[in-house]
Amino acid sequence: MKLDAKIPKGSLGEKWDNHKFNLKLVNPANKRKFDIIVIGTGLAGASAADSLAELGYNVKVFCFQDSARRAHSIAAQGGINAAKNYQNDGDSVYRLFYDTIKGGDYRAREANVYRLAQLSSNIIDQCVAQGVPFTREYGGLLDNRSFGGAQVSRTFYAKGQTGQQLLLGTYGALCRQIELGKISYNPYHEILEYVLIDGHAKGVVTRNLLTGEIKSHAAHAVIIASGGYSNVFYLSTNAMGSNATAAWRAYKKGAYFANPCFTQIHPTCIPQAGEAQSKLTLMSESLRNDGRVWAPKSKENAEKLRKEELKPKDIPEDDRDYFLERKYPAFGNLVPRDIASRAVKEVCDEGRGIAATGLGVYLDFSDAISRLGTVAIEGRYGNLFQMYEKISGEDPYKTPMKIYPAVHYTMGGLWVDYNLMTTVPGLYALGEANFSDHGANRLGASALMQGLADGYFVIPYTIGDYLAGLGFNKVDINNPAFAEAEKNVKDKIEKLISAKGQRTPDEIHRELGKIMWEKVGMSRNEAGLKEAVEEIRRLKESFWKDIKVIGEKDNINETLEKAGRVIDFIELAEIMAIDALERPESCGCHFRLESQTEEGEAKRNDNDFTYVSAFSYEGEENEPKMHKEELKFEFVELTQRSYK
Amino acid sequence: MKVTLNIWRQKNVSSKGRFETYEVDNIDEHISFLEMLDMLNERLLKNDQEPISFSHDCREGICGACGLFINGRAHGPMRGVTTCQLHMRMFNDNDVITIEPWRAKAFPVIKDLTVDRTALDKIMQGGGYVSVNTGGVPDANSVIIPKLIADEAFNSAVCIGCGACVATCKNASASLFTAAKVSQLALLPQGYPERKYRARNMIDVMDGLGFGNCSNTYACEVDCPKEISVLNIARMNREYLKSIFVSLYS
Repeated sequence: MKLDAKIPKGSLGEKWDNHKFNLKLVNPANKRKFDIIVIGTGLAGASAADSLAELGYNVKVFCFQDSARRAHSIAAQGGINAAKNYQNDGDSVYRLFYDTIKGGDYRAREANVYRLAQLSSNIIDQCVAQGVPFTREYGGLLDNRSFGGAQVSRTFYAKGQTGQQLLLGTYGALCRQIELGKISYNPYHEILEYVLIDGHAKGVVTRNLLTGEIKSHAAHAVIIASGGYSNVFYLSTNAMGSNATAAWRAYKKGAYFANPCFTQIHPTCIPQAGEAQSKLTLMSESLRNDGRVWAPKSKENAEKLRKEELKPKDIPEDDRDYFLERKYPAFGNLVPRDIASRAVKEVCDEGRGIAATGLGVYLDFSDAISRLGTVAIEGRYGNLFQMYEKISGEDPYKTPMKIYPAVHYTMGGLWVDYNLMTTVPGLYALGEANFSDHGANRLGASALMQGLADGYFVIPYTIGDYLAGLGFNKVDINNPAFAEAEKNVKDKIEKLISAKGQRTPDEIHRELGKIMWEKVGMSRNEAGLKEAVEEIRRLKESFWKDIKVIGEKDNINETLEKAGRVIDFIELAEIMAIDALERPESCGCHFRLESQTEEGEAKRNDNDFTYVSAFSYEGEENEPKMHKEELKFEFVELTQRSYK
Repeated sequence: MKVTLNIWRQKNVSSKGRFETYEVDNIDEHISFLEMLDMLNERLLKNDQEPISFSHDCREGICGACGLFINGRAHGPMRGVTTCQLHMRMFNDNDVITIEPWRAKAFPVIKDLTVDRTALDKIMQGGGYVSVNTGGVPDANSVIIPKLIADEAFNSAVCIGCGACVATCKNASASLFTAAKVSQLALLPQGYPERKYRARNMIDVMDGLGFGNCSNTYACEVDCPKEISVLNIARMNREYLKSIFVSLYS
């Protein structure tokens, strides 16, 4: 199948306007004749659900959590970008577009990214109208800060809890539509299968996580907003429940999976403490506005710091290496995430890492505190400092934080066209679940922007174009495709629950995570990737022999849930490794050791790799097939990123 | 470290529960409380025993999913933290720790330590929002809000919906939860148009779900992981009274 992104014609500024005009509309009175399923209640899912319900569609929402308000968007700390230019510092839609496409190392579509920048302003207006308490200045206007990779202050924030406040805003709108009867709300439900009729998405099969009930749901269109797949790595900053199952099962029904190897490693997370560690905690990138990253210049000092024979304050200024400021004088501590992460890794590989494991560097606020005072720093980062102290037991007002990179976000995801439709007609993917806007690296404060742009301002327009061509007949739940899908789901659950292996889902998951972190992590090479593919395949083969699940299938059973998600992670890991192997260039977060400049920076190969890779499922017995969507750059010139 | 755990086990909502005792050994003091429970669950599973069900998700104190009643305190002995933010260094070697689910009429036990908190969603559906549709809203800076007011609204808005306030209240009241949202939207100009219905509707829903009344013990503020002030309850009560005694047109 040839991938058609359906990019509208015209100049960058005209594309979305032209497209909106050309999209077919559904008459207001007819909207209630259409049923739409939304999977996931994070920023993308909830904003799509409530916007569609407000338009008059019947919306059915599912989330695996006990409440829509717990979706992992809640954990986003730093902020949300918008090209408002409130600070009079030279920002514009074009600049936000340019920063985002450059930050993504020219592996995203111009048209999508420009639309995102255009819509960014509307998002802030919407959230403020909902009562989202953004941080303000003394004059009562909204405050902004600059955020990783940007030289203007365009990031709006609600202290260090921006994701929480934005999510609660859209969750409120969701609650309102539930109360009005326009949304059917189904927490504690997991999507295990999609139903296709004549090649179009017409429903899903769910498992009620409390009762184990397997049930079909019919609709005219299905929206996947189930987030990313960082938990393939076992340890990541994602929530424990974040999983790839909804996206992966869509892949197995014919939706292509794009750029699976593009995974973002966030530079500022709290270092791992031991084997029992269950997840990693991110410390917002905003901290790099005032925190200075450093490591000792000498290995000897590093050794003493690791053994706690020295304290960070014992290291004199001259013996400290503020390596981001040294290597990237123009951007300093604010270089994009991929660059910062690799620099930290390099320092630790040289043996200059601190923390007990040697896998850590300092993020030091002492200069900012003496310049601005403790009160100002507390105002900016109070809750983050508190969070750090609770986890690490150390007070960052007195001693520098210890940080190390961790997997945080996945730019890859289900392939979608400009309308956010996957390769399966009627099946859409929004937010982190799709691949579309961040290229090979996402800039800070852009995930919230994209999730809400997709949900509030893109899907309400584009879905109508599809629905308008369908006719008003209800989807027949008695179609044999539903019974067949239910049977597949039941068989798989039966297979899991009757498995007689000896390894727990977590044990297998940890093994997968180790393979991925070591061989498909921050830097990758051909030999390692080939090994990874082999190891993942072995793990996939032995899974059904090794897995151990106990308990009942018709009651809440976390082990059963976990086992089902782990096998999906393993299968997804395989195409991540294959994708990384088949892209021997470095770009953004994807650093191939074979492709670097003399200074050790990522070296793109635009002649051969300016494309999106998209994988199709070809059956259990066959290898997935890679398709290419060529990326055409009509408006920006491809340059080698330099933050020096 | 080694600890002895008395954990509430209950098969489902209709069955009778009981405490069971478990010992967990070889605990690194730097791991979290929930990671200690993970260790126990891993061992139970290996020994063909059913793991203990408990809610958790983000494990960084923001999603509100976790919530255990530990030694008689919602979220355990530390102030201002969720259960997932407790670390074993906050306990002593050979401690005996009792772990129960949230206990409230409106929160039926689903299994072991997992309870059903959909009642909190229902309170929010009763009016915890501003009735604006997507699109057609004014520019974000067209309404100025004094920083003090915006910050105060934020302090109310940080509620994570964990239900600790209900669990720790002897009346199982959801007043702090409800008041936090009423307060946030009463403080902000965006919430003004619906102010007079909001407090009344949300409180009516809360009462109808079987939550108790507030009798000012302030236990909720003490155990709230986000340290939300009981002043919010006072503000909610004022909003409620105004909704009754002041004309809707004034």
